[in-house]
Amino acid sequence: MAEINIQNLRKEFDGFVAVESSSFTVADGEFFMLLGPSGCGKTTTLRMIAGLELPTSGAIMIDGEEVGQKPASQRDIAFVFQMFALYPHMNVRKNISYPLVSQGMRRADIRNKVSEVARILGIEDILDRPVSGLSGGDRQRVALGRAIVRDPKCFLMDEPLGALDAEFREHMAGELRNLHDRMEATTVYVTHDQREAMQMGDRIVVMNHGVIEQFGTPQEIYDFPATMFVAEFIGSPPMNLLHLEDNLPKGADSVTLNGETFGIRPLREAASGPLALGIRPEHVQIDDHSNYRGRVLSVEYLGTTQILTLAVPHGDPIKARIAADVSISEGATLGLRFRDDMVTIFDRNLGRALISAQQGKASGHG
Amino acid sequence: MAEVEMRNVSKSFGQICAVDDVSMKIADGDFVVLLGPTGAGKTTSLRLISGLERPDEGGIFIDGMEVTDEIPAARDVAMVFQQYSLYPHMTVRENLSFPLRSPLLKMPQGAIDKKINDIAEILQISHKLDNRTTALSGGEMQRVSIGRALVRDPAIYLMDEPLSSLDAKLRADLRIELKRIQSQIGATLLYVTHDQIEAMTMASRIGVLEAGRLVQLGSPRQIYQNPVSLYVGQRLGLPRINAVPANLFAGAPKGAAVIGLRPEHIEQGKGGKEARVLRLEHLGDQTQLHLEIEGHKLVTLTDTHSKLKPNDTVLIQPRNPLYFDTSGMRIY
Repeated sequence: MAEINIQNLRKEFDGFVAVESSSFTVADGEFFMLLGPSGCGKTTTLRMIAGLELPTSGAIMIDGEEVGQKPASQRDIAFVFQMFALYPHMNVRKNISYPLVSQGMRRADIRNKVSEVARILGIEDILDRPVSGLSGGDRQRVALGRAIVRDPKCFLMDEPLGALDAEFREHMAGELRNLHDRMEATTVYVTHDQREAMQMGDRIVVMNHGVIEQFGTPQEIYDFPATMFVAEFIGSPPMNLLHLEDNLPKGADSVTLNGETFGIRPLREAASGPLALGIRPEHVQIDDHSNYRGRVLSVEYLGTTQILTLAVPHGDPIKARIAADVSISEGATLGLRFRDDMVTIFDRNLGRALISAQQGKASGHG
Repeated sequence: MAEVEMRNVSKSFGQICAVDDVSMKIADGDFVVLLGPTGAGKTTSLRLISGLERPDEGGIFIDGMEVTDEIPAARDVAMVFQQYSLYPHMTVRENLSFPLRSPLLKMPQGAIDKKINDIAEILQISHKLDNRTTALSGGEMQRVSIGRALVRDPAIYLMDEPLSSLDAKLRADLRIELKRIQSQIGATLLYVTHDQIEAMTMASRIGVLEAGRLVQLGSPRQIYQNPVSLYVGQRLGLPRINAVPANLFAGAPKGAAVIGLRPEHIEQGKGGKEARVLRLEHLGDQTQLHLEIEGHKLVTLTDTHSKLKPNDTVLIQPRNPLYFDTSGMRIY
């Protein structure tokens, strides 16, 4: 298995910059997510690692070897696409064996290898079935089987679950992550679904317009978004951004909204002008003693929790996620408080978070 | 608006019984969501009320009048489908006014204009009234198709997964909007979906369908907290309710075969049995804890900054769980 090291990677198509200058390292055995909206450059990055596109400049190192200008066939990687392409006229066993047959492996070895892969994927009972009659999940398992049977240095996956419906997708995501934990193969996985990235990834790179916005563990990125883009892209509902104009010196540990003081993590830099106070819905608390009031526009019951939409004096309505057993009616006015250690202050002109104390170390701005 | 009732309605297609003896009253101003997987009979129920299908048995009543033999046009219902079907060569205003221009209505132009402006305001599309529908985004098109149903004052609005073709953000916005519009105009609404979030967040009552039968009808809280069966319990709640053998933990009542454990029914670290951590999934707002106990897998929630790792052990025990018998019916 392998470490993948990307240095100043850039790709232009006829003057359009798809990937600006990406640098990151995927550790050996890591499940690594490239996350972003369509057109952000995540698939182009993956295709460059695979060798399906050649970079305009920059380096791609797999296990210390520069492969940036090598063809895909010399990189020893396996690619799993969104639309799993199986050979329709072959049965499951032949589909999985195919990469080994074309390598010229001995038949007995192929047989053993395919059995092993089938056992890992739990598809031993369908090995001799034609692929045409299989369910979506089984087809996807066969496609995975064909990728893992070669023991490649790493796996590259481009939205492999994108075509599945929500419930099944959740199930397959768990299965894929289990498979990874058993094989510990370096995997780079592209998705536009933030929930999928959070659920499966060891670390996530968030991309937008060809630029890396942030990389870190799922929880770091969620708790401490480096940019306003990340704050709004990650989380469902996303982070609330309350707009304010203020002048905050270095070391400031509170902001004042409508006369009510809210604690924040001490700032390591000064900022003034248009700012935003970022707070996740589950860190908005109801407190009758607070003079900062929000009017309840809607209450959405979700079983374990409920989501309130609240009109507040600073920008768009905000969302609060609270326990389901609290009785709240639409139209009510509530006092609000924000969990001090979970507030992030953004500079709206720059679109990025102000540096503050106790922030996750790996949560750097790319 | 009006009260709508299905009385002992059954409908089969060949060997398949799509709707099996369903009785349901939708009160004036009620927002009822029919929830169930594909093939449970949701869409067929809707089509029976609209008159697009005729029941084999039973009757459909609107405001106390039997309409079972009436054609759809005579039933005073308005339908919104998953795929918005707008007239592409018309503007938004023309699309919205189309149902009002029916010669049967003889509605004066002034009244039509007022109605369109009111509805456009409610849907927040006033500024797009003179745009061609082809120039609209997906969300705007779906709002126009909902608007085309709303310009009429039918006995009931029937909606068949109207949000399912939209992206997640827009769906979340339109959920709130649809609920607001419904309560603002006091509409009676029957809405079909397989999405539990839509059902829980919008419905005044949820009807759960299983293989053509209406197995429970109640408020979202009633259905979530007091499901009549394991099947109903599994329809609502994320992560899904865990179902494990009743003898896994002490204290099961007589006759119990299965314990249904929602995440809030699993108490961690305070006695009970040891479970092994399989993995943690950090979803940001919540962390899902995947556990294994005596060969059974469980999913529950834990602190977002939990220090647990795979192969750690945690003590777990049920707290006010749900119990089901061998046939999956709730017993306690």
